[in-house]
Amino acid sequence: MKRIYVNEEWCLGCHLCEYECAFANSGLDKMFKLKGKVGSEILPRIQVEGGENEPIHFAVNCRHCTNAVCVTGCIAGALSKTDEGMVVIDKNKCVGCFTCVLLCPFGAIMPAADGKAAQKCMLCTDNGVGTPNCVAHCPNNAIVYEER
Amino acid sequence: MKYLIIGNSIAAVGCIEAIRSRDTQGEITVVSDEKHHVYGRPTISYYLMGAIAAENMKYRPDDFYEKNKVSLILGVKATAIDAKKKNVTLSDGQKLDYDKLLVTTGSRPFLPPAQGFDKVEKCFTFMTYDDMLALEGELSEDKKVVVIGAGLIGLKCVEGILERVKEVTVVDLADRVLPSVMDAECAAYVQRHLEKKGVKFILGDCAESFTKNSVTLKNSKKTLDFDILVMAVGVRANTSLVADAGGAVGRGITVDTHMRTSLPDVYAAGDCAEGLDSSIGANRVLALLPNAYAQGKTAGLNMAGGDEEYLNAIPLNAVGFFGMHILSAGVYEGECYTVKGDEKIKKLFVKDGRLCGFILIDDFLRAGIYTSLVREKTPLAGVDFEILKHAPQLLAFGGEARKAKLSKRV
Repeated sequence: MKRIYVNEEWCLGCHLCEYECAFANSGLDKMFKLKGKVGSEILPRIQVEGGENEPIHFAVNCRHCTNAVCVTGCIAGALSKTDEGMVVIDKNKCVGCFTCVLLCPFGAIMPAADGKAAQKCMLCTDNGVGTPNCVAHCPNNAIVYEER
Repeated sequence: MKYLIIGNSIAAVGCIEAIRSRDTQGEITVVSDEKHHVYGRPTISYYLMGAIAAENMKYRPDDFYEKNKVSLILGVKATAIDAKKKNVTLSDGQKLDYDKLLVTTGSRPFLPPAQGFDKVEKCFTFMTYDDMLALEGELSEDKKVVVIGAGLIGLKCVEGILERVKEVTVVDLADRVLPSVMDAECAAYVQRHLEKKGVKFILGDCAESFTKNSVTLKNSKKTLDFDILVMAVGVRANTSLVADAGGAVGRGITVDTHMRTSLPDVYAAGDCAEGLDSSIGANRVLALLPNAYAQGKTAGLNMAGGDEEYLNAIPLNAVGFFGMHILSAGVYEGECYTVKGDEKIKKLFVKDGRLCGFILIDDFLRAGIYTSLVREKTPLAGVDFEILKHAPQLLAFGGEARKAKLSKRV
């Protein structure tokens, strides 16, 4: 299965992937309409580490682990793996206990904006975009979507 | 190969999925005295709050048993194991042969002896789906509830029912709430939050005697009237099947790191089992859902001919009450690093150069990065702990370690 991988040395720390992620999952038709919503109504499922003054930047989102501890630790059975190996969440089953947040060693799963359930990257298969929007719009190939 | 599993909860699911990853043909039979499709036990309080629909409480899809070719025997109790003849007797009289047996019988509420307890008319426990339905049947807005026990089960029950009854009073012998998962300072944050929502607490006291609708406390001699009593003082592992068959038990069924009991071809997993807790380097019952799955999985892999050890179990808890989230892991020993505000607090415990535990209240984003440090016993000398103290982040790891995490398939 194709996954998202990081080329840390090429990341500019521009945070564009975060906006592209938020946009892809917002259901909005124009990106400018995101203004004022990111961070409150919509939270990106990818996040860039490394502050303004840091020499290193890189983006982190779900690794779709072979042995995904979030899936095997979920108290509600809301997290599962598809036959291809993608880790998916069923929001109707998630009770928002955040055991998955406690378990994910990458810090790649987080509360959704309403705080009532968790959210995670599902490689833009769940929002109609089809291929990861963060990768498609990364200006420097710092994140790639491929088989490894 | 005939696999038999006693119990139909999370460890059973872990076992079934693990067996099927190695053996697609062997016969798997699950016996349970509960009549339900597997459900996440901790979701029962969310159901009472209206946060989850009944059909969404199923831990696996409707076709789970069929897809995994599992024969289900529900509503029947296993009453005896004959480890020599390798069979299990059921309450309906039938005997089932096995080649490999998993005992995942869970735990039961502990009901301490108290005068008049048998006279209480409306007494409930809060462990199972049926317990929850029975309690729900009594809930109404004119009723007073007393919950004995301020642990995870008691307080989750409180959260589930508070809006559906007149008032809830919680009594616990400990001087704080959540005594098994919190230190005193953090427990005070939780207690204050619950009190703001209207929950009343009487701590440092316990039930001395009951009438049909009241309890008198031992230390204060106060009498509390109730319409509904919920007993949540603790649980006991269901070990008797294995003990009666001659197997070793402590507080739980003793298992090695392969989840083997002392009886040949008999494994145990979940809340009934006492396996290795790597945070203390000794066996103890870790009655936690992720641990149940991991133990069940380990047992299943070994039952199907594998050689798998479960070596990194640690205490872990993620629990929320009315929007406040508490995440914790490991043990609370050594040097403590604290950051606190009025309504949130973070404590990191460092011992022998390693993060050995933490408590996070409403400051928990990316907590799993801390958990992995505890679980892997990562020497802090090899990471930038100063920035980790501020927030969990992968930047704290060296470039090569980060590459392994983010640039390779994991």
